[in-house]
Amino acid sequence: MKYAVVKNNEVIPISQIPELEYKSFMETNVFTLMSKKHNHCVSYFGFPYNGKIKLICCIADDEQHVIYVSSSVVNTQHTLASFTAKNFVFEKFEREIHENFGIKYKDHPWLKPVRYSFNRADKTQTISNYPFFNIDSEELHEVGVGPIHAGVIEPGHFRFICNGEQILHLEIQLGYQHRGIEHLFLEKKKLLQRTTLAESISGDCVCGHTTAFVNLWESLCNYEASHDLKYARTLALELERLAIHTGDLSAMCTDVGYQLGSSVFGRLRTPIINFFQTWCGNRLAKGLIRAGKNNYPFTDQLAKQLTALIDSYEKDFNIVVKKLFSLPTALARFEKTGVVTHEQALMIGVVGMSARMTGLNRDIRSSHSHDLYAELNYEPIIKRHGDVYSRGQIRREAIRQSISFIRRLMEMVPTENKGADHLLAPAPDSFAISLVEGWRGEICHCAITNETGELVHYKIKDPSFHNWLALALAVRNNEISDFPISNKSFDLSYCGHDL
Amino acid sequence: MLESLKIMINQGKQFIPDVTKAKVPGIFRGRPVITTVSVNEHKLAELCPTDAISTSPVSIDLGKCTFCGECAFAYPDKIKFTTDYKIATNNRQKLIIAEGVDEPVKLDPERIRKEISDYFSGSLKLRQVCAGGDNSCELELNACGNVNFDMGRFGIEFVASPRHADGIVITGPITENMADPLQICYDAIPDPKIIILAGTDAISGGIFAGSPALNRGFLDKYSIDLYVPGNPIHPLTFINGVLELIKKRKR
Repeated sequence: MKYAVVKNNEVIPISQIPELEYKSFMETNVFTLMSKKHNHCVSYFGFPYNGKIKLICCIADDEQHVIYVSSSVVNTQHTLASFTAKNFVFEKFEREIHENFGIKYKDHPWLKPVRYSFNRADKTQTISNYPFFNIDSEELHEVGVGPIHAGVIEPGHFRFICNGEQILHLEIQLGYQHRGIEHLFLEKKKLLQRTTLAESISGDCVCGHTTAFVNLWESLCNYEASHDLKYARTLALELERLAIHTGDLSAMCTDVGYQLGSSVFGRLRTPIINFFQTWCGNRLAKGLIRAGKNNYPFTDQLAKQLTALIDSYEKDFNIVVKKLFSLPTALARFEKTGVVTHEQALMIGVVGMSARMTGLNRDIRSSHSHDLYAELNYEPIIKRHGDVYSRGQIRREAIRQSISFIRRLMEMVPTENKGADHLLAPAPDSFAISLVEGWRGEICHCAITNETGELVHYKIKDPSFHNWLALALAVRNNEISDFPISNKSFDLSYCGHDL
Repeated sequence: MLESLKIMINQGKQFIPDVTKAKVPGIFRGRPVITTVSVNEHKLAELCPTDAISTSPVSIDLGKCTFCGECAFAYPDKIKFTTDYKIATNNRQKLIIAEGVDEPVKLDPERIRKEISDYFSGSLKLRQVCAGGDNSCELELNACGNVNFDMGRFGIEFVASPRHADGIVITGPITENMADPLQICYDAIPDPKIIILAGTDAISGGIFAGSPALNRGFLDKYSIDLYVPGNPIHPLTFINGVLELIKKRKR
């Protein structure tokens, strides 16, 4: 066998992951596994191993609902053939491996820094001297935007090459948000510290990342979460999706100058996040999700409140969303703007709603189900056009779907809530993987423990890691003035990418 | 047109009439109250993810606290988080809540520079810089300007250019990679100017304190005009803190 076969949230001894020669490792992953359309790479990373680097590649099979894990040990002195030259989905993963460990690739087409992590191999590379692509031409000009943007948002630099008003090329340079989170996961030993870190990976996706962490941690500790814990996590994930999609529809209205939509969607988000505060004391659900326990059991009283809230939300939402999607001035800006084709999405390995808007069915809730999604018979929402309009439609329909899930969850409020359980120590010499469908898309956390059960590596992948490139491709040949609406319709995470 | 009017009328009044007296829904974790009940203080301090709890006497530093509430769960007789959201101050020491003290957190009028009430009391334009923030404080700062909280009614607004700004609002623990852009942005703001730290990460580094990826040197160079604790900050904490800072004071 050239790979181990695991399920989502399964733990295996690290020795069970076959260690292949690099050539065979590449063949297995790039040619055998990635040749099937329903397989995609969820994580590919390296970690220090006996003075060398061990590479671990995780390919998810969306039809068989399993993940194929294989590994290879390489020497940092050697120059390797890149996966990327054969399949572009590995592009950023290999850049990250190169940046962190100095592994050289002979045929990687775009071996640029990813985030200027503090422990990068080459410290002479600094964020102020990023090697931007440029074209020498008297007819073209460059536009640089950021790292600090006009609004209250996170930092990142966008470098456009334009012909007049038309964008020919966009390069996105990130790394400003790098806080060393993966390193801190190893440094900070207390479970509460690690949970707090997970909550801070991306503050707009607290439920997504924290669920990924606690699911992984519980499986490492051989702990089966009770129904009420899974219930709370599923409900929190759907409420987060509902809140963020509503807020993003508001922001999309702002970016096309539709003030009424902006205000109404904006205020519709408020009761949802206030409900998180009613439930757990924090508007963005920090403090809610914990491994092995739930400090804030969901009660019938809360269910009554939430049902009333959802009813009144839905009524107002339907009126304003109907207006937005029949407004010629808004539609003129949405339609055929910022298009990502199905082929492009496949080529660069886009995930989550950004994949589903191009007809690419990638959704962890159906393919590698976690928490209560199997019980909810989840069916992904698929659109075909890949433009701003499709992203708006997906958000509109995801909101309606979340509402229907929340209603169903309200009919099955747990009758008993188990108190805090004491978790056992994490399994030694093990590998664990956890996939969660956050509102942006697939979140992947991987952990590796040593012989005493201590973490030796923690790997986080936010969906934005795949999807930033989709934004760069989407805006090609658009007017530069359409960039904000394209950007907002994706609403990708800077800190989730930079870690 | 008629439909739009209908939607508008349908919204009713969404704004909070008096942001200084509004009640927050649910079980918000604001200013903690620590009783003098005796507990195993070492264990209590050990619980905290960010070392915000000191012992003998027990105190909680709101500049370090992530408001996770775990200490209040473990020691309900000792620590209680109240719904008092007015926890912003201009004196770092006042963020440390000692046991047996149940008083509101206030600003130190002595520390407020004269220029602030002279120039900014009717209008304050702020440039926000996210320096490693996780987008939670940023979402809440945006919420300050939405139709519910409507900070704009007090003349307080976020602006795009530092040239138009009267001050800077920093979120996040200040990463090494953002240290230069932050300095450049601050330098571009005309004098007089203020600095506001929004969120636990900005005030102390929070859960990221001590990370090798940070560079908090900027904070050693300047005095801070307002600390707004929270993880993330609550819009009402921010708005009330800023209003207190810029209000006209008799001298």
